[in-house]
Amino acid sequence: MTDLDFEPPYLFPDYRATQMRAPRHELVRLPDEWFHQRRGPAFGRVPVSPGDADLTRQHRGEPLGERIILTGRVLDSDGRPVRHTLVEVWQANAAGRYVDPADTHPAPLDPNFTGAGRCLTDDAGVYRFVTVKPGAYPWRNHPNAWRPAHVHFSLFGPQLASRLVTQMYFPGDPLIPFDPILNSIADARGRDLLVARFDPETTEPEWALAYRWDVVLRGRDATPSES
Amino acid sequence: MTIPTPSQTVGPFFGFALPFEGDAHAVPPGSDGAVRIEGQVFDGAGEPVPDAIVEISDGDQFARCGTDREGAFHFTVRQTPHFDVLVFARGLLRHLATRLYLPEANLDGDSLLQMVEPERRHTLIASASEGGLRFDIHLQGDHETVFIQL
Repeated sequence: MTDLDFEPPYLFPDYRATQMRAPRHELVRLPDEWFHQRRGPAFGRVPVSPGDADLTRQHRGEPLGERIILTGRVLDSDGRPVRHTLVEVWQANAAGRYVDPADTHPAPLDPNFTGAGRCLTDDAGVYRFVTVKPGAYPWRNHPNAWRPAHVHFSLFGPQLASRLVTQMYFPGDPLIPFDPILNSIADARGRDLLVARFDPETTEPEWALAYRWDVVLRGRDATPSES
Repeated sequence: MTIPTPSQTVGPFFGFALPFEGDAHAVPPGSDGAVRIEGQVFDGAGEPVPDAIVEISDGDQFARCGTDREGAFHFTVRQTPHFDVLVFARGLLRHLATRLYLPEANLDGDSLLQMVEPERRHTLIASASEGGLRFDIHLQGDHETVFIQL
């Protein structure tokens, strides 16, 4: 266990959907070696090709929106890179609309954008995606509720406890203070961990802006490091 | 900075991104030792949860399945005494973890089950059903599944 833990609670009434879905019984506490330290799921069957990391090249034309590079490192609890682990992302298009048929927001779909990507981290634990900046969208949680722009992330890591599904937000988004999902994390330091930073060094002149966001997974990589 | 990155909900709109072909089958259906596990995810009102994704693993095998309109999911796995199960859904700010025991597993003295109140242990044990095993997941309510603190 690390000293600081900013995980959101299961029940956070401002996010209405938690009310009927959060468990009410106390969760069972187990010694870490019984569950948390068990080897994480082998995901070798998930097909990953290099092109999957570029969400702007999945169709005939280029998607509308602000092209961005999204990159960062995946680290374990000791701060060591988590190598060759699967990173999955998904997001709305630049107009704030998901391809998912369940999304009924009357914003345009983009025939050149699906909004799903995956990659494996490299030897330094680095992931890198090319995409467009997603738009905000309304979500009916409360009157005039809008989600801040965000990219969903799914990561596996070395142990069962490492599994993480979360969302990355963009710096300076005026919707951030109003979002119950992000505000379910009580401590501002925890919320800040989910906000990327604009990264001028990674931008590509005349082509793309860039954001950097590092992820720390629970658990430790049992594989000895070579470097 | 090695503070774990906090979780956020998988949201409702992951169905176009996370599932992949054949992901519910850790082993081919009908293969030697394969067993089909099916179930439904329910909320505290007993309503099916149509926007959940359930993952099952045992270190070697991994499968995942998004729930359908009836909250139903299914897996094909090679039999092993127990599986670790993770549940993600809209309305779950962090995923839930539980364990699935096969009904024929020798559960006497299982150290994890001993940590659970006797009257709730059954929520961790799959039952025999037509064509395989059944394992329902109740996020909340009278039949709430025993979940493990992550």
